[in-house]
This record gives sequence, C-alpha cells and structure tokens, in this order.
Amino acid sequence: MELILAALVGLLVAAGAYLMMSGYLVRFLFGLVLLSNAANLAIFAAGRLTYAAPPLIPEGALAPGGPVGNALPQALILTAIVIGFGLFAFALALSFRAYNALGTAEMNAMRHAEPVPAPTPTAAAETERPA
Amino acid sequence: MTDPSPAAHQARSAPPGIPGLRFLPALVAALAAAWFLGFVPAVARGEVLTWAVPWVPGLGIELAVLIDGLALAFALMITGIGAGVFLYTASYFKGDPRLTRLQALLMLFAVSMLGLVLADDAITLFVFWEGTTVTSFLLIGFDHAKKEARDKALQALLVTGLGGLALLAGLLLLGLETGTFRLSEMALMGDVLRASDLYLGILVLVLLGAFTKSAQFPFHFWLPNAMAAPTPVSAYLHSATMVKAGVYLLARLSPALGGTEVWIWTLTLVGAVTMLLASVWALRQTDLKLMLAYTTVMALGALVMFLGGGHPAAVKAAATFLIVHALYKASLFLLVGVLDKKAGSREVDALRGLAGAMPLTATLTALAALSMAGFPPFLGFIGKELKYEGALAVASEPVFVAGAAVLANALMVACAGLVAVRPFVGRTRRAPKDRPADPPVGMWLPPAVLAVLGLAFGVFPDLLLGRTLIEPIATAILGEPFALTLKLWHGINLPLLLSLLTFALGLTLYLLAPRVRRALAGAEAGGLPAAEGGYDAALSATKGVAAWQTRVIQGGRITVYLRVTFALLALLIWGAVLTGTGPWPAFDIDVPLLHWAIVGLIAVSAVAIVLTRSRLAAICALGAVGAGVAILFVLYGAIDVAMTQLLIEILVVVFIAIALLRLPRIPAGLPRRWGDAALAAALGLGVAVALVAVLGGDLGRELTAYFEANSAPEALGRNIVNVILVDFRALDTLGEIAVVVIAAVAAIAALTARRTKGRRP
Repeated sequence: MELILAALVGLLVAAGAYLMMSGYLVRFLFGLVLLSNAANLAIFAAGRLTYAAPPLIPEGALAPGGPVGNALPQALILTAIVIGFGLFAFALALSFRAYNALGTAEMNAMRHAEPVPAPTPTAAAETERPA
Repeated sequence: MTDPSPAAHQARSAPPGIPGLRFLPALVAALAAAWFLGFVPAVARGEVLTWAVPWVPGLGIELAVLIDGLALAFALMITGIGAGVFLYTASYFKGDPRLTRLQALLMLFAVSMLGLVLADDAITLFVFWEGTTVTSFLLIGFDHAKKEARDKALQALLVTGLGGLALLAGLLLLGLETGTFRLSEMALMGDVLRASDLYLGILVLVLLGAFTKSAQFPFHFWLPNAMAAPTPVSAYLHSATMVKAGVYLLARLSPALGGTEVWIWTLTLVGAVTMLLASVWALRQTDLKLMLAYTTVMALGALVMFLGGGHPAAVKAAATFLIVHALYKASLFLLVGVLDKKAGSREVDALRGLAGAMPLTATLTALAALSMAGFPPFLGFIGKELKYEGALAVASEPVFVAGAAVLANALMVACAGLVAVRPFVGRTRRAPKDRPADPPVGMWLPPAVLAVLGLAFGVFPDLLLGRTLIEPIATAILGEPFALTLKLWHGINLPLLLSLLTFALGLTLYLLAPRVRRALAGAEAGGLPAAEGGYDAALSATKGVAAWQTRVIQGGRITVYLRVTFALLALLIWGAVLTGTGPWPAFDIDVPLLHWAIVGLIAVSAVAIVLTRSRLAAICALGAVGAGVAILFVLYGAIDVAMTQLLIEILVVVFIAIALLRLPRIPAGLPRRWGDAALAAALGLGVAVALVAVLGGDLGRELTAYFEANSAPEALGRNIVNVILVDFRALDTLGEIAVVVIAAVAAIAALTARRTKGRRP
C-alpha cells in the first residue's frame, strides 16, 4: 500500500504545483490544498502503514497489545493538518484582500511592490542604470 | 588624485580633547618598536621565540606567535616606520577634525599587520591578512566624499579581497596536506608538500593571494590607484608595510613550497615583468607621488623575483633590499607630502628651485634619493650590489635577471633624480604656493630619521644590520642556518661594473626624462593594453549578470517565482534520488479493492480539479480529495488524524465556497501550459520516487517505541498520539496553536482593513 500511496502523493504534488503556477488566485488556493494533503500522505506513508490497528493502549495495560500504527507520524500529521489549515485560511484572506485592493485576481497583474518598468525612455534609463 | 585638503575642514573646529593626545599613537608605536628591538640580540643568536594559546580548540586553530628574523624585521618596520608616520600624521592633519579617525584606522591597520607577520598559525595569519585588506580599503577611501577615492578603495578591496579568498583556500589545503596549521611545522615538511598531488593547486592559490596583495603584474594596477589615500597612508601601507605582506608570505612559505621549477619560473618571470613594467611606467608619471607608487611596484617585483631564485645570494639580496626599500621609500613619500603641503604641488613640472626656500627638505630628499639610486656609502648601494650578485647567481637565467635588474635600477636612478633634484635646482623658484618653506619638526623628523638610518646602515652594514637582521631573515627564508657578511666595498668585480653601467644609464634617462615621458604617453594613447581594463570588464560583467539574473528570476511575476522555486525543489529531490544509494523496497501492491477504489477516487478528483473550468465541480472534487485522504487515515489506524482531517476539510470547502462567490470566475479557454505541466510532472515524479526510496530504507522506530512504552506508565494516557501532542511534545502543540492564532489575526486584519485609496488601477 505504501508504494501506491507514493504514486498518489506524486500525482497530488504534480497537480498542486501545476495549479499553483496557473497565475489565478482560486486555482492557486486549490493547488495549495492539494499540496498540503500530499505532504500529509507522504509523512503517513513514510512512517509505514499498519492496517486497522490504532495506536491505543488497552485498558489496564501499560503498552499496546500487539503491533499498532506508528504513532509518531500521526502526531506530526495532526500538527501539519492544523498548520496547513492556518496557512490556507491566511492565504485565502490575503487573496481576497488582494483582489479587493488591486482589482484583479490574476497574480501576474499584481505589480504593486515591483512595478513593471514603464517603456518610456527616462524610466527605462532609471531601471537599467545598475547594469 | 590629490590629497584631501585639510584646509577645507579647518573651518569646522577641531573636537575638544586633551592637547597632545594626537601624539599618543606615535608614542605607543615607538614603545612597541623599542620592545621589539629588545628581541634583536636573541634573534641574532639564532633563537626563535614562540608563544601560543588555543583560540578555536574545536578546529585546532591557535593564536600562535613566532618571532624569528623575518617576523622581527617586519615587526620593527611596522612599529618603527609606524611611529614616524603617526608623528608625521599628527602634524600633517593638525587641526583637522578627521585626524582622530585617520589615527584610529592607522592603529587598527598596524595591529592587523603586526598580527599578520607574527602569526605562526595559518588561520591566524589569514584573519590578520584580511584585517589589513579591510583597513586598507577604509584608508584609501578615507576621503569618502570623493567618488574617485571610493572607487579606488573598492578596486583595492576587490583585487586583494579575491586574492585573500584564494589564499584561504590555499592555506586550508596546506593544512589538510600537512596535518598542521603551524607555519613553522609546514616549513619542515617541504619535501612532503613538493611531492604532493595538491602541490600545484596549493601553489597557484597561495601565489594568487601573494601577487594580488603585493601588486604583481597583472594585478599591479590597484596600487598606483591606492594613491587616492592621504600621503601618510601611502607612505605607510602602500610602500613600507602592507604591500609587502605578499612578499612576506612568499618568504614565509618559501621553505615549504619553494625550490621547484614552477616556483622558480613563476616568481622570476612575474617579478621581472612587474619590475620592468613598473619602472618604465614610473618614468612616465608627472605626479611625484604616483611615480613613487610605481617604483614601489618595481621594488615588490624585484623582491618577488629574488625570492624565486632560491639561491642564498638571491635571498640575501631580497632580505637586504626589503630593509633598504622600506627606509628610503617611506621617507621619500613623506617628503613628497611635505612638498605637496608646503610648496603646493606634487607635479614634477610645477616645482623648481626650491632648495633655497626649503633647504632641510632638499637635503633630506637628497639623502633618501641617494639611497634609492644606490650611491655609496648608502645602504641602497649595498642593496644594489647584492641584487646584482644575487641576479648573477640565479641558476636559471642569470643574464635575463641581471639585465632586468640593471635596467630597472637605471630607471630608479632617473626617478630618484626627478624626485630629489628636479624640484630643488634651478635659478628661478617656481611653486604654486607663494612662500614655500620647510615644514614643522613633526613633518621633517620622521623622514630625517629614516634617511639617516639609510646612511648609517650603509656605513656600518655588518655591525648594525647584517648580523642583527639580514642573517636571521635569510635563515628564516632558506629554512636553514645561513651566515653572511654585509660589506660596503666588495672590490672591483662584476656587480660594481654593473653599478657603474647603471649610473651612466640612469643619468642619461634622467636627462632624457621629458622626452621619454612624451614617448610613453604617446604609446599609451596609441592603445597600450592596460590590465585595469580586465578589472573594469570583469566588474561590469558581474553587474550585468546580476541585473540580468534579477530581471529573469526576480522580475516581479509571481508565477516565475513559483516556477523557480518548484524547479529548484525538483532539482534537489532528483539530485538526492540519483546520488543516493540503498535498496529499493519490494514491489507489493496486493491490497483490497476498496483501498484501490479510494486511491482512485482521490487521483481522479485531483485530475478533475486541474481539468475542470467549473468552480462548483472543482470545489466538489477538492472535498472528495480531502474525504478520501481521511478515509485512508481511518483504514490505517489513524483515527485522530482522520477526525481532524474531516473537520478541517469541511472548513476548507466552506471557506472556498464563500470566497468563490466573491472572487471572479476563471476565464474560459486558458491555454494549456505544457512547460508548467512538464515541470509539475518532474516534481511529482521526483517526490514519488524519493518516497519509494525512503520506503526502501530501514525505519528507525526508537522514538515510537519510547512513546509506546512510556505513554501509559508516565503520562497516564492510553491514546499514544494524544499523549505525544499534549504531554511529550506539549510545547510544540502550544507553538502550533500560536501559529493558528497568528494566522487568524492576520486573516482578520487583511479582511477588515479599510481599502487603501488610489491603489486600484
């Protein structure tokens, strides 16, 4: 099953990266969610899978009865899911704000911080001077 | 290339301070010089004094000091000439508010330079080496309001700094090869080093460091440009001490690296070419300070050439000339500064007949220049005789070396005449200043002491200099005891005849100087290749590449940033996968159909998000991916994770649905981006293969075992995942909560902030 998950993770990463590079805010957010899921699954698979055996200790015992799922990656993924959600929520709010402030959902059109050099000769000279 | 004009600053009042404080640096340096003089008897007996404390013990770096003849000679030059220069500076910059800064920098330099020559540890040496580079940069750019001074300072920094990097690499290789960073221990391992495979690499790197620092061709151009610094700085750093650091390094490493064919040929050729070119260009200058700068380059070339020879006579010549040059060159620089200050110019054609108005300056200049030209009974004469003796003893190309030496020395004679005779003789007095006069005592005493020393050493060479310093220096350079006698009169022999030839040639050149200068100026206008062009081209090419790279990689397009990031990630992952070694896991895809179905659902949904243009379909597919992942978690025992995943996934879908109502539609008919698709595929495939490779390795379960064994007994919890989160790694969880809170606050701030006016295009 781990090998299948590895292939799935690869697919999710590829899809997520492709979406993020599209240059549209909505598709960027879709890609971000896919990438988060892929990362979680990768950690899960790397910690090896154990079918239907949650890492619980039976009542009265001091240790799990038999082989159980690897608890450590699960704890890591729990943290990762929550952090990933925080990142997503902030990216969403930021996208929303950027759209409202800049009037466009096209990421390449957002050039407030690094404006496109105007093709006028004076401005061109200004930006070319460092060369 | 004029000196900063202190007069311009005198309008501002000097900062209040203790009167006479400006003489403190000179006093300190003089005391240090006296202290170092105390070592002379011991070193002359052949003793080598060492002292070391651990500095970075973990890396085997020590603050090790070694005083042998070579180190002591340099230490005496640094502190002795330093004392004179500091005294001179205090007068030269009297009343100038920048004096304190200049003195602080000069002191800083003196300490760095002392550390450099006293260090026995290669790393210590390098640290102080860079210290001199940086202080030299600050001192050349002392007049920082002038663009020219800043440019020249940067040039010196880049040239010597790059050489310094090469030197560091060379020293590290030396340390690896010999297993020690002690220079004195390296000196004993010369045979091992010369037989080593790394020898050539070490030699090239070390020579790069030495040649850039000591202004050897083709790196010589920075030194004349460094004359943008105030005159005392030029006298101290750029003639007497710092520029000799490269020569010092070559001398110090000569027992370890010297004696091979490549060492001999490289040093002899580079030194000779530097010497000849510089002495020709010296005659071409009209600015006396620049002329002296070129003669300094000439002297450095001569020193390198003689260190290359490796013959005891050549080493003797180098050791003697080192002292000779420091004495006459520092005093001449200081005296040119006097001319500049008191007569108003350094231009050779602007000054005439000043002997009457400045008799003391004229006398002192004559004393120093006689030593430079190599007239008896000055030390310069002995230096020159030894040079010829050494040149004739050089085994490889005695005629070439001796011929180069004669020509260079003849040009020195001409230059000495231009500096010491031309400005002072003549019937009519000509100077830009109305009343040229001799300087105050602070400005004539230092050059006077240096010039008189040149005479005293010349009259009693063996007693004062030969046994006390030259012999120990030569011993240190050769790496074996070496006895010598210094004599003024060697009898009538070939070196003496060469001397006579030099004087005749030099006198002719002096008389023809204006014509030679015009001819050289014509040649220069005709497009003689200048090494500085290479520096300029390299500098502008670097800037060009930086600008191009910024335009391409950081052009402000977010998609480009993402592409670069993903491409780099893919490259790193594939690099790790392809260079890694280890077993691949057994191929096992025998799982129940249900599991296949869930994986299939996730895969199809992910592809659907990419392909669909419908926002609703995309949101549904996104929900399906999240739910599928949650089911996978449930199936493989991660129930807590699955619960969290489901909750979060629901929130994500709700948020996106709300947001999508307000964000514009994705325009229909977007072009397929095949390049991006290929990049994404490469990245995805890389991640998959890397994960498979991880699965092939062993899984260290120590931590999991620890948590399983201790959850119930220590934390009294039966859900191991929960115990890890809230007990064993509780602080991490607190951090996680903090991140979520910060994200929430930031999101609220972004959503509720008032719209900024005028931002909307």
